[in-house]
Amino acid sequence: MANFKIRISFPEDKIKEPLIYQIGHEFKVVTNIRRADVREKTGWVELELTGEAAEIEKAVESLKAKGVKVEPIERNIIE
Amino acid sequence: MNRKSAVSDILKQKIKGLKCRECGKLYPPVALHVCEFCFGPLEVDYNYDEIKRHISHERIENGPKSLWRYADLLPVEGYPTVGLYAGLTPLIEAKNLGTELGLNRLYIKNDTVNHPTLSFKDRVVAIAITRAKELGFSAVACASTGNLANSVAAHAAEARLQCYVFIPGDLEAGKILGSLIYAPTVIAVNGNYDDVNRLCSEVAGEYNWGFVNINIRPYYAEGSKTLAFETAEQLGWRAPDHVVVPVASGSLLTKIWKGFNELKMLGLIESVPTRVNGAQAEGCSPVATAFKEGRDFIKPVKPKTIAKSIAIGNPADGYYALKAVHESKGAFDTATDGETIEGIKLLARTEGIFAETAGGVTIAVLKKLAMNGLIPKDDTVVAYVTGNGLKTQEAVINAVGDVVRIEPSMDSFEKTLSIKK
Repeated sequence: MANFKIRISFPEDKIKEPLIYQIGHEFKVVTNIRRADVREKTGWVELELTGEAAEIEKAVESLKAKGVKVEPIERNIIE
Repeated sequence: MNRKSAVSDILKQKIKGLKCRECGKLYPPVALHVCEFCFGPLEVDYNYDEIKRHISHERIENGPKSLWRYADLLPVEGYPTVGLYAGLTPLIEAKNLGTELGLNRLYIKNDTVNHPTLSFKDRVVAIAITRAKELGFSAVACASTGNLANSVAAHAAEARLQCYVFIPGDLEAGKILGSLIYAPTVIAVNGNYDDVNRLCSEVAGEYNWGFVNINIRPYYAEGSKTLAFETAEQLGWRAPDHVVVPVASGSLLTKIWKGFNELKMLGLIESVPTRVNGAQAEGCSPVATAFKEGRDFIKPVKPKTIAKSIAIGNPADGYYALKAVHESKGAFDTATDGETIEGIKLLARTEGIFAETAGGVTIAVLKKLAMNGLIPKDDTVVAYVTGNGLKTQEAVINAVGDVVRIEPSMDSFEKTLSIKK
């Protein structure tokens, strides 16, 4: 089982959508929110995904396709 | 240099462990960078009481002529084993540039001549690889398009460690030459920047490597404090009134602020009057924009700038850099690509220092801060120039004029140049 920590940034029009609930149903991943700050016009959630690496990668791609920014917890690693 | 002679003696008890910057939870000093509880970043927790009992101006001044003279405040437990010559770069009194900008006490901290790969990354990597060896890693890695990759590859070669460098698949071959020469394994990942980021995070989670800017990051980042330590020592043990620092991940600025404050806490300088000013490229200025808009959070951006070494759209330490600038009552400003090139040329023309694009951004922002009256003319100012211009020649290739071409005769020489004997 792999474990991947991500940070999701929400634009205003995605704040009301239950995206984390959705990926938990669409893919075999366990979602676990650790830290979040969701405001009226923007928001972010730091989330742990546990599951097979391939399922996690599909869940991440799905989140991106739903219109939110998904990055590893470290944010930009390339320096 | 003998490894042991690199520092006078080592304080065994100086590191307590790692501490979460957000919730304060404590961890042992291992290869870990994120708090398991709140996902906040971890930072090295020092035993300052122990350090204070030993550290002194004399102890530092009698130390090696490198950043290891500050070993008491660096997160390694034994003698340094790699990067023994990093740091202690010149602090140049920039009288010519100061005259042009109307600043009477301007200094340039010149990390274009850092050893061995000509950027400030040699500081952080010397610490990171020494620590990675202490932690027992036989392989190190990084994700980088330039300075960091060069430095990790060089230090890994010296340390005889396996080295993996991840780069985006579309990076020009020339960009990676300065890493390939040290014979690391360079992995070009097909996909965009975000894909490379994600893969590196996954790899770091699965493989037992010392990933310098991921699981070794708490130790790696501390190396930047040495820029503050050296500045204070080179100014006669006092902190400057202003510093101007390029902001990429935000770690450098944050650690320079921390470094000055550590010196004060330990009684090595009297006060920290320093206003910390951040410099970003206009085409990648998420932290400067948050500052201008009065936000306490960073909105990620897509970089579009020639200053690629500081083009980080969602900086890991952006929030902390913003906080440091606020705490110190400093400011942020940005430079366009054109201003960046002019900044490079201005520094070269006035002080004989050829900086890479990040240095151009710093000098351009220094100029703006001076012109806007944010830096008074008699204040002591230090601008950090963090990388060598020979690495980003393409940025200025069309901006440096041309040669004067003549025939091989005195007549042609004199007519063309119109110089009086």
